[in-house]
Amino acid sequence: MKPAPFDYYAPETLEDAVALLEKLEDDDVEAKILAGGQSLMPMLSLRMARPEALVDLGKIKSLDYIREEGGNISIGAMTSKRAVEDSALIREKQPLLHAATLHIGHRQIRNQGTVGGSFAHADPAAEYGAIAQALGMEMVVVGPDGERVVVADDFYISFLTADIDSTEVLTEVRAPVMAAGTGWAFQEICRRQGDLAIAGTAVTLRLENGNCTDVVIAVFGVNAIAARLGDAEQLLNGKAPSEALFREAGRVASAELDEPISDVHASGEYRRDLVATLVRRCLLEAVERVG
Amino acid sequence: MTAPQQQVQVTVNSVSYERVIDPRTTLVDFLRHELGLTGTHVGCEHGVCGACTILKDGQAVRSCLMLAAQADGANLQTVESLRNVETGELHPIQQAFIDEHGLQCGFCTPGFLMSTLDLLAENPDPSDEQIKDALDGNLCRCTGYQSIIRSVRLAAARVRGGKVAGAHGSA
Repeated sequence: MKPAPFDYYAPETLEDAVALLEKLEDDDVEAKILAGGQSLMPMLSLRMARPEALVDLGKIKSLDYIREEGGNISIGAMTSKRAVEDSALIREKQPLLHAATLHIGHRQIRNQGTVGGSFAHADPAAEYGAIAQALGMEMVVVGPDGERVVVADDFYISFLTADIDSTEVLTEVRAPVMAAGTGWAFQEICRRQGDLAIAGTAVTLRLENGNCTDVVIAVFGVNAIAARLGDAEQLLNGKAPSEALFREAGRVASAELDEPISDVHASGEYRRDLVATLVRRCLLEAVERVG
Repeated sequence: MTAPQQQVQVTVNSVSYERVIDPRTTLVDFLRHELGLTGTHVGCEHGVCGACTILKDGQAVRSCLMLAAQADGANLQTVESLRNVETGELHPIQQAFIDEHGLQCGFCTPGFLMSTLDLLAENPDPSDEQIKDALDGNLCRCTGYQSIIRSVRLAAARVRGGKVAGAHGSA
């Protein structure tokens, strides 16, 4: 038996889950939500996490859906990543989110891992962090006082920390449908396919009279949370795409990073170099896609 | 803390089981210790090696990265389901792994077989790229992978040829 002991609960409705979280909070019990468990289970097995109670959302079937509504793609928190991967709707209407999903773990992980679990876990090297920032996604969080909607920029607070109170549940994430004529690209570098990324970037842009406009560049794996790179975006807006310009944008992106993480996987300096290269490659790919 | 005992009902290889367990039991420990199905191997126990891969409701998952309680009500398929019990004949995927030397020590093999089963059920004619993609979550320290890829290619051809019932036959 690898994990330390815990009480296990599997509420069947969202209301029951929130009521249970409230009760556990009142009783001073340290509870953790179990979504798919693909990040939490290793932490339990290695005893890096030792919650006193686990609240498994797996039986709440109402949180498993993908639908288009009001210009957004809405995904229920308990939807598997495999369902996103297999969704024709997402592939067609939000191809950047789709492409990033294919980079998450391995097929076995995507089959069991959930969308909400990944967003809520807020791993700095998780693909969805950059997608949330790049697309300005919204997260729906439900607690005892009802529902609130948090934009990506406010949602991610720090390393493994998202804006979800101990009595709240992330229930849905929303990504805008990608506007026609948008070029996009997603790239990451990892040691082995399926690993968490050492660094990665996501780009969207449009062309107006042959010049770049609405450029969005997001980077992940480099700091505690994914971030937009405003200096590089500004440099590009209004300019005609060229290899030289994109190389310069990569340099600017690399320079504007906060001190990148240095760890066993890579030095901060190496991560800076990767970002310059990935930004350039993403820009080239995105312009290609504007078509 | 008083860990309440947890009731779990699962269907494994078409047989229904009900057990009361400690909630922290992982699914792979449940299969091996509670049900005696030791074909599913435990390697790293934190989701890296893929030796414990089984099918849950038809999709490959790592049974070390799940609690048995999370599988309550699920339909599971383990490596034991592959061989035809009546004729003793191996599944074409198993036979192909033998014929193409897709294993040496065999520790990782149950996981590779189940990942292959999931792949071929969805895509009976995978490209080498698709094979690599489907198996990138399984580690093998003996073969160097080339013979495993050949095994999957051969298995796919045999399953397509309709010699034997295809993957998911008993799910």
